[in-house]
Amino acid sequence: MIGGAAAGLLLLTGKTAGVSGALYGTVTGERGEFPWQLAFVLGLVLGGVMMGQLMPQALPASVGSSLPLLGLGGLLVGFGARLGGGCTSGHGVCGMGRLSRRSIVATCSFMGAAMATVYVARNVVGA
Amino acid sequence: MKAAAALMFGVLFAWGLGISGMSRPEVVLGFLDILGDWNPALMFVMGSAVPIYMAVWFARSGKRPLLGGPAPRGARHDLDTRMFVGAALFGIGWGLCGICPGPALTLLGRPSAGGLLFVACMLCGMLLYRVVDARRAVANPA
Repeated sequence: MIGGAAAGLLLLTGKTAGVSGALYGTVTGERGEFPWQLAFVLGLVLGGVMMGQLMPQALPASVGSSLPLLGLGGLLVGFGARLGGGCTSGHGVCGMGRLSRRSIVATCSFMGAAMATVYVARNVVGA
Repeated sequence: MKAAAALMFGVLFAWGLGISGMSRPEVVLGFLDILGDWNPALMFVMGSAVPIYMAVWFARSGKRPLLGGPAPRGARHDLDTRMFVGAALFGIGWGLCGICPGPALTLLGRPSAGGLLFVACMLCGMLLYRVVDARRAVANPA
């Protein structure tokens, strides 16, 4: 479904289904991409609201991490996604699907960093 | 029309995230814990999404989108430190909480203090990048 949604957006509109890029465009309103980016972001939220009603088990009732950790994680995800030029959807699905060398390297970088972070959190800090 | 398509595919994308488990941080953290109690299920999510996208990308290479407008630009192959460091910072944040931008937006559908805080801080992080990037552009004009 994720691949289908990203491929469908490409087929009909020629746009890249990158969530972080669309969200950034929505809050900054840059580059004339605003209408579709806002619509894509609203669609993701609307999909979340639908799931909250119809399939609440797909979403956590509360997020497990502590609030300071969520704050720090959110900052890093937002800043890093822009500096890195994409997130799991843009680099990981669309970029890898294009066999973009840039996206493959970015995906290896964030997957490696995320796996190392989980390892450290679970075995070094939080053991 | 393009905005309507984007809205529809945003909804579909969200359902894909929800059904696959990507919207549940504990599932994502279990997937990232390769040296511990590894849950590989999410590998199949990317493993199926990428080939589907790839098929459409290469089939439509150089062609205009069905709803009009310019053909998408080709894939980028250039590498630089900023991209690598940014992706690593993103990965650290993802590994701390198990939430990336798409799932973060779907979390708003079942509001919780933690989800709202994450999204607010993610937006702050993006705006912080904007400020830093603008300063860098002033300091190092191209």
